[in-house]
Amino acid sequence: MDLNLVLQLATSGFLLGGVYSLIALGLSLIFGVMKVINFAHGAMLVWGMYIAFTLMNWTGIDPFFSFVASAGGLFVLGYFIQRTVVNRIMTFHEAMQVIAMVGVMMILENMAQLIWGPDPHSPHTRYSLSTIWLGSVMIDIPRLFAFLLAILMAAAVFVFLKYTDIGKSIRASADNRIGALIVGTNVNRVYAVCFGVGAACVGAAGSLLVPLMPISPHTGFPFKLTSFAIVILGGMGSLPGAMIGGLIIGVAESVGSVFIPSSLKQIISFGIMILILLLRPQGLFGGKGS
Amino acid sequence: MLRVNGIDVFYGDLHALRNVSFEVHPKEIISMVGSNGAGKSTTLMTLSGILKSKVGEVFFNDHPIHLCSSSQIVAMGVVQVPEGRQLFPSLTVLENLEMGARFSKAKKAKKKTMEWVFQLFPRLQERRYQLAGTLSGGEQQMLAIGRGLMSCPTLMMLDEPSLGLSPILVKTIFDIIKEINEQGTTILLVEQNIFHSLTLSHRGYVLENGSIAMSGTGQELLKNQHIRQSYLGL
Repeated sequence: MDLNLVLQLATSGFLLGGVYSLIALGLSLIFGVMKVINFAHGAMLVWGMYIAFTLMNWTGIDPFFSFVASAGGLFVLGYFIQRTVVNRIMTFHEAMQVIAMVGVMMILENMAQLIWGPDPHSPHTRYSLSTIWLGSVMIDIPRLFAFLLAILMAAAVFVFLKYTDIGKSIRASADNRIGALIVGTNVNRVYAVCFGVGAACVGAAGSLLVPLMPISPHTGFPFKLTSFAIVILGGMGSLPGAMIGGLIIGVAESVGSVFIPSSLKQIISFGIMILILLLRPQGLFGGKGS
Repeated sequence: MLRVNGIDVFYGDLHALRNVSFEVHPKEIISMVGSNGAGKSTTLMTLSGILKSKVGEVFFNDHPIHLCSSSQIVAMGVVQVPEGRQLFPSLTVLENLEMGARFSKAKKAKKKTMEWVFQLFPRLQERRYQLAGTLSGGEQQMLAIGRGLMSCPTLMMLDEPSLGLSPILVKTIFDIIKEINEQGTTILLVEQNIFHSLTLSHRGYVLENGSIAMSGTGQELLKNQHIRQSYLGL
């Protein structure tokens, strides 16, 4: 086996893995605090992509700048969805939550189709095909930027959770809901902001993916499945787990394409997911029984 | 100060509180005693606005707080130190304390209150950067009380603060409750440790099967034959 090829694939998988991490971070944050699985996560990714795409067409703003707008837009959308749908179903049985969240997904996907049409778009950026060489490894500039900005965005989320008042309230509510009520936290607002931040993560990730792949209303689906696998690998609700898990799955999928056709690459992430469920069901960073 | 007027509370079909009424006057220490499942914690959770009563009213300084949300109730100064502490285990001691001081009044006084809390519980200051989940049981109880104090309570409701603590620590905790009261905070104390709490209290209520069975001054209740037999085993 060609070691250079493996190194090449590992690098490019690692870079895309950074974006996976950001997507999974949003999913894990929402689950960790509200115990609701956001089945609309993929549809939200697509909305982030289309916001960046539209801004690019209208104003020429590059997706690597407009990810801030995508994050902002999706924050508002997430906040709204939490207030209108998620807040009502938080105490329901999981099966009922799934139905409501799949409903949200279908509405978002079909709205995207209605607004932007069903055809895929592949926007071109100036640097679409530019590369740099690191020794014998070729690095895609768009992938490198996407990776760096995804890590930057994730770092911003960690700082937000660690140091701001509302961030501390989010962590406290995730830790102990009764305790948060006892100290008088307005948990409804905390939950809505948290869902908004989770949506902002995936929105920003969508924007960062625009230079890398074609956009269509259903682009989000495989990403959603992959991010489920990442969250299980890292540990449900664990944010460091989502980050590390994203990088692992990114590299594994990419290197795996040496052995299996890349159209089957999801076998890799789901294989890892099944292994983790068999051997360490709480995930790499998950606490016991959480 | 606090007037509870015939509240009935249900858990699903379970009738947990029946026509419970009592009063707490300013600067008092009031004990509510009773066995497991008598409805003591349910009473406090209802006063905090986390459970809602089906009938009856709760007035705090003449505000009908049974209509308020739990955050409004805390902001008014009715603060609970719950059973089982309900801390935030993955937050530091300092962050746990900060979570208690989120309302305008408490936020302004945050620095001063924290100095006082550290003076009451020097152990918490030593461990302020430690995660709350790594504290011992006694330290966790100190943190729960400290977090309650951070909200600048006018009425502090403590649910089983002595539960699971060593006799020495129980004494420390009761001494501190007394000190908090002497600083001007009214105390509503829910306890199974009946002897200690009635000794400390001005007045007490006995809760049995979800209703108030008896009331009186701490000394009266301690002398009562029924209480001596059923609760103190004398």
